[in-house]
Amino acid sequence: MSVAGAAANFASAGEVVDLKALLAETDIAAPIAELERDLVGLAPVKQRIREIAAFLLVARAREQVGLSAGAPTLHMSFTGNPGTGKTTVALRMASILHKLGYVRKGHLVSVTRDDLVGQYIGHTAPKTKEVLKRAMGGVLFIDEAYYLHRPENEKDYGQEAIEILLQVMENQREDIVVILAGYRDRMDKFFASNPGFRSRIAHHIDFPDYDDGELLAIAETIAAENQYRLSPAAHEAMTDYIARRRQQPSFANARSIRNAIDRARLRQAMRLFKGGGAVDRNGLMTIEAEDITKSRIFAT
Amino acid sequence: MRVTQGAFSFLPDLDDKQIAAQVEYCLRQGWAVSVEFTDDPHPRNTYWEMWGMPMFDLHDAAGVMQEIKACREANPETYVRVNGFDSTRGWEAVRLSFLVQRPSHEPGFRLERQEAPGRTIRYTLQPYGVDRPAGRRYGSEQTRSK
Repeated sequence: MSVAGAAANFASAGEVVDLKALLAETDIAAPIAELERDLVGLAPVKQRIREIAAFLLVARAREQVGLSAGAPTLHMSFTGNPGTGKTTVALRMASILHKLGYVRKGHLVSVTRDDLVGQYIGHTAPKTKEVLKRAMGGVLFIDEAYYLHRPENEKDYGQEAIEILLQVMENQREDIVVILAGYRDRMDKFFASNPGFRSRIAHHIDFPDYDDGELLAIAETIAAENQYRLSPAAHEAMTDYIARRRQQPSFANARSIRNAIDRARLRQAMRLFKGGGAVDRNGLMTIEAEDITKSRIFAT
Repeated sequence: MRVTQGAFSFLPDLDDKQIAAQVEYCLRQGWAVSVEFTDDPHPRNTYWEMWGMPMFDLHDAAGVMQEIKACREANPETYVRVNGFDSTRGWEAVRLSFLVQRPSHEPGFRLERQEAPGRTIRYTLQPYGVDRPAGRRYGSEQTRSK
C-alpha cells in the first residue's frame, strides 16, 4: 500500500458505522427469526446461517467506510442423512440470501443429474449452460450431486457438466450461488474425486439427525400445518412410535414422521367412518392414540 | 455511415450496464430474449443468424449478458442485436430490438438505379460491405484476411 493510501485509511479510521442501524434497514432479522420459528432443531445449520448473515452485514459496513469487500464465496454443500431438512433449508436459503442482498432475484432452480447431463456428445454443455443461465440471479440447488460423477465410466458426460459448473462458480460468484446436497458418505467420496469442488465451496454444512424430542415437535408441526392435532394419548403413542421407528431399517428422520402422520390421518378417517354418523369439528381435527398404535411398527 | 436500425440507434451506443438494464426490462415483461448477428446490415434483411436459442425462463440479465459476450467474441466486426419476443396471445411479435455491437468501420450504402421499361427508374440500396464475400466484409485487412 502506498503512503498516501495508508494515510487515507488512517484518516477514515475515525468513521463509525452503526451495525444495529444497518441491520434494521436491511431487514435481515425477519427471515432469520422465521427460520428459527419454522424449523425444529438443526442448531449447527442455523448457527452457520447467522454467521453468514453477520458476515454479509459486516461486508456492507466495510464497503461504507471504503474498505475492500470482494464478493464472498457463498457456494454451499449440505450433507446429512435422509430427511434431515436439506431441501427445505435450501428453499429458504434463496429467500434469505435475497433479503440479505446477496443474490439479485432470490429464486431457486432445483435440478438433478438429468437436468445437467446430456444424452450424447455435445448435448451436455448447452444443457448445463441453459440451467445455469436460468439460475442466474438466484440459487442453483443440485440434489444428490454425487451422481454427476460416475467413476466407473470414464466416458461419462457428467465430468463435462462438472467442469462447466466449476468455471461458472469461480468466475460469476456475484451472479449465482450453487448449493450441492446429498448423503454424507457419498458426498465425501464425490469431493475426494473432485478436489476442485471442495475448494470452491466455502460452506460445508452438516445436517445432524434429529433426536426424539425434536421429531415429536416435528410431528406436531406437520399435524398443525394440516390443521390436525394430537390428543394427549396420541402424544404418548407418538413418542413410543418414534422410539420404535428409529430401530427399523430405512429410517428417514422427518420424512418418516411425515409419512407416519399421513397414515395416521388415513386411519383417523377410517375410524370416524366406522364410529358412524355424527362428528363435530373437534373430532375431525383430533388424531387419537389408536390411529397411531395400529401401525405395523407396534405389531412386532 | 452509422447504421440506425432498431431501438436506441440514434443514441450513443449503449454500454454493457445499459444493455443489462434493457434486458432486465424485457425479462420483467416476460419476453424471451434472443441474440442475433449478421454482416449484411441491409434494412430489409430480416434473417440474421441466431446465436443459440431464444432464452426462456430467465430471471436475471446475467445469463443474456454472458451470451452477448460470447457472441461478440466469436463474431467481432459484425452487427449483433438483442431481441425481446413477446409470446402473449395477440402480440406474438418482437417487441424490442436493438444493436449491441457494430463493426469498427461502417462504409454505408450505395444507391443503385435500374432502368425498367418505359423510362421507369427503380431504386435500390446496396451496403458497400456486402461487396466482399460473407465473413470478410467488415474490419481491418488483418482481421479480414484470417
